[in-house]
Amino acid sequence: MTPQKDKELAARMRAAIAGDTTGYDQLLRDIAGLVRGLVARKLGPGSAVDAEDIVQETLLAVHLKRHTWRPEAPILPWIYAIARYKVIDAFRRRGQRISLDIDAFADVLAAEESETASERDIERALASLSEGQRRVVAAISVEGRSISETANALGMKETAVRVALHRGLAAIAAKFGKTS
Amino acid sequence: MKTEDLIAALAADAPRTGPRLDTVWAVALACAGVLATAVFFGTIGPRADFWSAAQTVRFDFKFVLTGVLAVTSFLMLRALAVPGANRPHWSVLALAPALGIGAVLLELFVLPAGAWQMAQTGKNALVCLTYIPLIGLAPVGALILALRRGAPTRPALAGGIAGLLAGGIAATLYAAHCTDDSPLFVMTWYPIAIAMLVALGAILGRIFARW
Repeated sequence: MTPQKDKELAARMRAAIAGDTTGYDQLLRDIAGLVRGLVARKLGPGSAVDAEDIVQETLLAVHLKRHTWRPEAPILPWIYAIARYKVIDAFRRRGQRISLDIDAFADVLAAEESETASERDIERALASLSEGQRRVVAAISVEGRSISETANALGMKETAVRVALHRGLAAIAAKFGKTS
Repeated sequence: MKTEDLIAALAADAPRTGPRLDTVWAVALACAGVLATAVFFGTIGPRADFWSAAQTVRFDFKFVLTGVLAVTSFLMLRALAVPGANRPHWSVLALAPALGIGAVLLELFVLPAGAWQMAQTGKNALVCLTYIPLIGLAPVGALILALRRGAPTRPALAGGIAGLLAGGIAATLYAAHCTDDSPLFVMTWYPIAIAMLVALGAILGRIFARW
């Protein structure tokens, strides 16, 4: 991966953290592409672990832990370390241990999400949320509503929707951290 | 849920970011220091001859040792909380033990062989093994909570280093109480007491610092 690419992603992440959130969804999409490529390579064909599950867990972690990235540091090593942790964690949850060579993470091609009908880990985590959080997260993600549309539809204040969304996402991430 | 759906949810949550880790560590260290100091003064407190002891090199050296331990373990802990961060080389953690071993050799040189045994056993071994872990308990808790705000990719290891830092803080306070100043005592009992905090930190990190 080129330093140019790192600089560009880092600049966009800095902007997002500083409050300019307009390009944030595209930034996450680009990060998903990078992570998807390296996770697929890491798992190999026929793995018991679904690559897209790890892509989603990594994205969630990148989002919730973005304050740990030092804005003056390169961002790709940070993203790759998170992806690597999530791969290892996925195997740990399935009671297997694997060792990963971090060099294998360098230089990967972005890849497209493959369509599968199988239920995602994140779906199960979503189902375990409290009713209020689940409805808010589902409305914004699966149904594609905005914060204000969700507030109207559920008869909530916008700030309450934001809080429920954030807590719901944090709860989903916490589920992944547990041994299950 | 498709990844695109997840991204929609994450993008909607974009305005909320966590506190900078520098802030988290500052708060955690302040809490650890205040709580440990409160436990120290509420239980054993400094020795009666603290000010005259401060004139002696053996007494003062204890703080050099515990201070170096605290600083080096903090630098390591801070790096371990960030994925892919450049961390100091592991050898920085050998700095405090190396200083201690140097002091032990010096002590063996200046002290007659007949006095070695007594200097090592001291009078406070049990007090040391009780109060360093006790004073370090709250710091371990505060540092593990801070670690939860971070993203340690090796939670048990990071937790263990948090225990090491808590041990450095607790040993600094305990050193102000203890009248056994010989490096032979310090390098025998302090490491055992601190190891208990390292083990506790590793266990807590393994359980609570996952993300």
